[in-house]
Amino acid sequence: MMPAAHGAGSQRSPHLRDLTTPEGVVVHIHLASRAERLTAFVVDMALLLSAIAVLGLLLALTTLGAGGSDLAIAATLLCSFLIRVFYFAYFESAWRGATPGKRLARLRVVSRTGGPLRPDAILARNLVREVEIFLPLTLILVIPSETRDGLVAVAALVWVGVLTLMPVFNRDRLRLGDIVAGTWVITLPKPVLLEDVAQARSGTPAPSAEIRFTDRQLAIYGAYELQVLEGVLRDRRPDAAQARRAVADRIKNKIGYAAPDGGITDPGVFLEAFYRAQRTRLETGLAFGKHKSDKHDQGR
Amino acid sequence: MATIELKSSQFRRERETSWRELEHLIDRLDKEGPAHMAPEDLCRLPVLYRSALSAQSVAHAISLDRALLTYLDALAARAYLAVYAERSNVLDRVARFFSHTFPRAVSALRWHILAAFATLMLGVATGLSLTLAEPEWFYAFVSDALAQGRSPAASDEILLNAIYDRPPVLETLVRFASFLFTHNAGIGLLAFGLGIVLGIPTLLLMLINGLMLGSFIALYADRGLGVDFLAWLSVHGTTEILAIALCGGAGLSLGAAVVFPGRHGRLASLADRGRQAAVVVLGAALLFFLAALLEGFVRQLVVDTTDRFLIGWSAFAVTLSYLVIRARARPA
Repeated sequence: MMPAAHGAGSQRSPHLRDLTTPEGVVVHIHLASRAERLTAFVVDMALLLSAIAVLGLLLALTTLGAGGSDLAIAATLLCSFLIRVFYFAYFESAWRGATPGKRLARLRVVSRTGGPLRPDAILARNLVREVEIFLPLTLILVIPSETRDGLVAVAALVWVGVLTLMPVFNRDRLRLGDIVAGTWVITLPKPVLLEDVAQARSGTPAPSAEIRFTDRQLAIYGAYELQVLEGVLRDRRPDAAQARRAVADRIKNKIGYAAPDGGITDPGVFLEAFYRAQRTRLETGLAFGKHKSDKHDQGR
Repeated sequence: MATIELKSSQFRRERETSWRELEHLIDRLDKEGPAHMAPEDLCRLPVLYRSALSAQSVAHAISLDRALLTYLDALAARAYLAVYAERSNVLDRVARFFSHTFPRAVSALRWHILAAFATLMLGVATGLSLTLAEPEWFYAFVSDALAQGRSPAASDEILLNAIYDRPPVLETLVRFASFLFTHNAGIGLLAFGLGIVLGIPTLLLMLINGLMLGSFIALYADRGLGVDFLAWLSVHGTTEILAIALCGGAGLSLGAAVVFPGRHGRLASLADRGRQAAVVVLGAALLFFLAALLEGFVRQLVVDTTDRFLIGWSAFAVTLSYLVIRARARPA
């Protein structure tokens, strides 16, 4: 179905996962790195804790004069609990799978099975945070004061730490909540369309009129080499011209190209012509069901 | 000869505008949100999305232009995320939660919930019989902080005061109620989350809470104050025990999904069960809130034994019949 994605031509990145949409089409998504997720998490925790702090302060100030400090304590207790439990769940459902931290880091929560991210999944992945994050946090805060059960507390901390550090230990970087909810966290894809190298560029003369290749010369390379060449042609760095000359010489050698004009052709022009001719040939092959993935692929 | 265009270039040229339109639409959707966009723009989204998906498939079959393939892969994934995002109305969702989602999830996990309840009751029975036989057990099951002076050594008067005393001011009641809610709901969340460790911590939590409760009952029953204590407990305890059993059942279902994964493997069965269990836990949190109101206000204001029984058990009956009736209702 998708030869280019699976051939030796494109090296598959370890962060790439296939996701089948409800239409049955496979799209490729990029798993978020652990560092990105940590960044997002730290930002969210900072926001969450400061929200609680500000709220507590405001309530304390407003009720100070009224003498109802009990009310302030009650409201702070309740609000901090609600913020703690529902901060992540609220934003993930209101902001389409992203909390402020995730938005900043360009991350998204997605269902692993491909459908929409459902509210019960958002709930599940965030209610588990109580065990993953807030329980170990409480334990850390309790250990120094509770000297008599210090060892027990340390053991509990280690045990809970295993739950907390779950994303470090699995291939898909699933957090405990992700496992329970059937979700994973991906980076938001950023579609950028570069120009087509095969289209003649403005300013350069259309080359293929003078430069021609025989069938034998075009039968050597495959899709992988073609796409490497595409990279060379897109290269805009200062020393790119040198690289282009070296590549052009190698190709000429390999395919036995004898220049009709004595080899004075600009390497850029030659490469563009070769790229066009080679791509035409390979794509024609594709249309007939023949995919030559690289130069070693002899086609069984 | 120079003007002959590649098939794949032509393919790209013909569709590029619609891809750009899709990109632009998604950007706007992300920045402005669906509520602020014109309906005709939103209607374009699924159309463009499907054509981008099909373009991606076709491109992989006919084109070797890596820039194009990478772009279409990213565009398809990006559009997929935009199209398949949750965006139902919040009010609708809340209504659906109460009318269907919550009762159905409870009904799906009923055996786990019953198992959690049975464990809790086992704890109560054990605590009761042990403490009745030997009052010293009370100190083993109930921490000093929880006992607050109530112990086998305390006088009848202290024990009675604890269940009939009315704190004078409303503010104290509010503080008490919000403390109760956060404390109990926190324990409920732990019972759920820790269930993933084969359900063992959840069972322990149920057992420990049962032992505590049984011990208290024994303490009062020993002095002939059993009925007074049960009345005091019934006000909120019926609702609260139901909520604890719900959370415990949710935790046990996670543990069961790990131990008995079934045909589809651990990850799939956990994901399946986890979402259901989370719904049960959210419902239980609301019950905890109700219980805290009953405990914090009603219990302190109503002192008549019969009234206490009546309030507690009718709250329980209403909750239970709501769950049973709604779980059997056909989905709308």
